[in-house]
Amino acid sequence: MDLTYTPEEEDFRARLRTWLGEVLPRLPEKPAAADWPGRRAYDTTWQRMLYDAGYAGLHWPLDAGGQGATPTQHLIFLEETERAGAPYVGANFVGLLHAGPTLAVEGSAAQRARWLPPILRGDEIWCQGFSEPDAGSDLAALRTRAVRDGDSYVVSGAKIWTSHAEVADWCELLVRTDPAAPRHHGISWLAMPMDAPGVTVRPLRTLAGSTEFAEMFLDEVRVPVGNRVGAENDGWRVTMVTLSFERGTAFVGEVVACRRVLGALARAARANGRWDDAVLRRRLGRLHAEFAALWRLIQWNVSEAMAGPPGAGRRGSGGGVPGIGGSVFKLRYSHVRQELYDTAAQVLGAGALDADHEWAADRLSSLSYTIAAGTSQIQQNIVAERILGLPKGR
Amino acid sequence: MDFQLTEDQRALRDGTRELLAGRFGRERLRAAVEEPALDRALWRELGAAGFFALRLPEEAGGVGLGLPEAVLVFEEAGRALLPGPLVACHLLAGVVDGVAAGEKIVGLCEADRDPVLWEHSGECDELILVEGGVGRGIGGPGGEVRGEVRGEVRGEPRGAYGRTGGAYRSVPDRVVCAPFASIDPLTPLARVLDLPRTAPLALDVPRLCREAALLTAAQQLGSAARTVEMAVGYAREREQFGVAIGSFQAVKHLCAQMLVRAEIARSAVYAAAVTERVLDIAAAKLLADEAAVDNARDCLQVHGGMGFTWEADVHLHLKRAWLRAERWEVAGETEELLAAGLIG
Ligand SMILES: Cc1cc2nc3c(=O)[nH]c(=O)nc-3n(C[C@H](O)[C@H](O)[C@H](O)COP(=O)(O)OP(=O)(O)OC[C@H]3O[C@@H](n4cnc5c(N)ncnc54)[C@H](O)[C@@H]3O)c2cc1C
Repeated sequence: MDLTYTPEEEDFRARLRTWLGEVLPRLPEKPAAADWPGRRAYDTTWQRMLYDAGYAGLHWPLDAGGQGATPTQHLIFLEETERAGAPYVGANFVGLLHAGPTLAVEGSAAQRARWLPPILRGDEIWCQGFSEPDAGSDLAALRTRAVRDGDSYVVSGAKIWTSHAEVADWCELLVRTDPAAPRHHGISWLAMPMDAPGVTVRPLRTLAGSTEFAEMFLDEVRVPVGNRVGAENDGWRVTMVTLSFERGTAFVGEVVACRRVLGALARAARANGRWDDAVLRRRLGRLHAEFAALWRLIQWNVSEAMAGPPGAGRRGSGGGVPGIGGSVFKLRYSHVRQELYDTAAQVLGAGALDADHEWAADRLSSLSYTIAAGTSQIQQNIVAERILGLPKGR
Repeated sequence: MDFQLTEDQRALRDGTRELLAGRFGRERLRAAVEEPALDRALWRELGAAGFFALRLPEEAGGVGLGLPEAVLVFEEAGRALLPGPLVACHLLAGVVDGVAAGEKIVGLCEADRDPVLWEHSGECDELILVEGGVGRGIGGPGGEVRGEVRGEVRGEPRGAYGRTGGAYRSVPDRVVCAPFASIDPLTPLARVLDLPRTAPLALDVPRLCREAALLTAAQQLGSAARTVEMAVGYAREREQFGVAIGSFQAVKHLCAQMLVRAEIARSAVYAAAVTERVLDIAAAKLLADEAAVDNARDCLQVHGGMGFTWEADVHLHLKRAWLRAERWEVAGETEELLAAGLIG
């Protein structure tokens, strides 16, 4: 058990900190939440800055265009960028955190050369077309059809809850290529260009009032067969790779952000007198313990991934796929994050009714964490069946 | 950073688990419920295995290991529900003769509690009372929190003894006690009414209290992990409606949350053993207490009527978890300490 960082890692941290100190003041003004083109521009500008400085795809493997950094360096990167108040991945979420990593593991050399560099440079934005109106938790029930016609698939169907669809260039799309096969065996994973004829995006308004996600209607959209990642009808396996990236690592950086918010909450409570409320104070103390432990759990999972046998959850220098320990983390994190913002509301009092207040907006968005990327109920099934070995149920 | 057990640590954990399984298995556990006198032969074996002298330097006849190793050993003791003043004997091995080898048994009492409780009072060869340890030492190693937190936290000390911090030793027959019916059949308790403070001991009391809290948290972790196994084992075997109850989601979800609690507690306890920071230890105790208590409850629920019987071991885990949660750092104190730690 060793929680210290090596001199090289500390050196990496120091250089990163210096760089952040230099570039962050040069960042353009943050756009309004509803300004999607503005947000895309902001997020991709930041990605380009990372790219130019050699920090893009830090823990992606070298042959995928990444920096081949160790998972520990990646943790340091997340700690430092959060601490410095650098922008969140934002619209780059899908590309950087799960479509890209999936392509790096499952894509052909040509596919990796085509799609990975633009993700890293911030030139292209990806979205995720998995969920459908009648296939959410039961993802394998998806019905969007892809029929082969020469060198193309002709895709028809509907997707829903597609985050960032409004500004995306590409979509990791799940389609049914063999309707006669058993549910899990007739699915393929495609990279669909969002500007292809027949793609219609209709923004959906979230409970936060913004258009975070959209419905997507696909009407005889032609997608080249060469855009299929993995074998035809083997898409379910590829999907599991995508989901384990999404659940396993995608939320890690946010824990640091939550710790920062918690400190700010305590100071705000001190300033407005609510600190004198022992119940509230103790709640803050408990959250302190929770976020500290969540960060240690991340360190544990990362160390385990580094040490694990190849293939079984090993991430090594960034190539492999994280294990299902991510479900344990996500279950607790999604819950504690909601508690954090409920506590923020207690600190703010009636001020929490101001939807423009940063913490009120974050409180609303925290409601999605127990749903998106697999609901808590589904995660509990995964933990029970795949970690604890309980019998499969219905 | 490599936050995993080393080969040696794994071997230590496995060896301890084997020793305890061989010497304190289910039969011995249930016998101890009926007759809670400590097994002196086992105590000496633990001594010989280095359980108490684990962190004493080799020159002093110890094993020369650190807090992380002690935590692993105490986690195993918690899994096995091993009774006795283990924390006291471990912490005082270099202070009271004969304790390191398991020849003598020493008890520890916290004066800043009401009531002041003494575990296994009938069996201790000596008793040491500490006062002024709670919430103190906050300016100590890694002292992130400054100021007189204790005053804010607990008000004036409420125990039977004055305000000056310190440690005192006493022979058991000079301690005045009142009977106290312990809720945990494996841990007899006495209520201390008066203890002569004639023999002060030069001990770093805040440090001792912190380490006691951490080792107690380690036992809670072991218990929390064990009750997950018990629940899962039962859920696989017990059938209702023609299928194993573990195939029902309601049961699955209880078990999944138990694992989450245990893993969160594990991360916190192991990290605190490495850093020894005041706040890390407070977080570890808070989360491990919660994991042990809530997991025992859920384990009881999964066992249904069987869980409510004396026969099942579940209640033994729950009762010990309650007892440990009331010792050393307790929930209100840790939460206050952690809250104070948020204000830089
Ligand atoms: C903010 C946000 C962003 C999202 N972004 C994307 C995206 O970019 N791309 C994408 O493809 N999807 C996205 N999703 C969709 C998300 O993955 C689904 O919402 C989620 O998987 C749940 O599916 P559902 O909404 O159909 O709910 P349902 O599956 O209908 O679930 C409804 C309720 O039933 C419960 N339930 C369902 N099945 C079971 C079961 N077997 N056992 C117990 N309980 C069950 C659920 O837990 C839930 O409480 C996003 C969702 C949100 C909230």
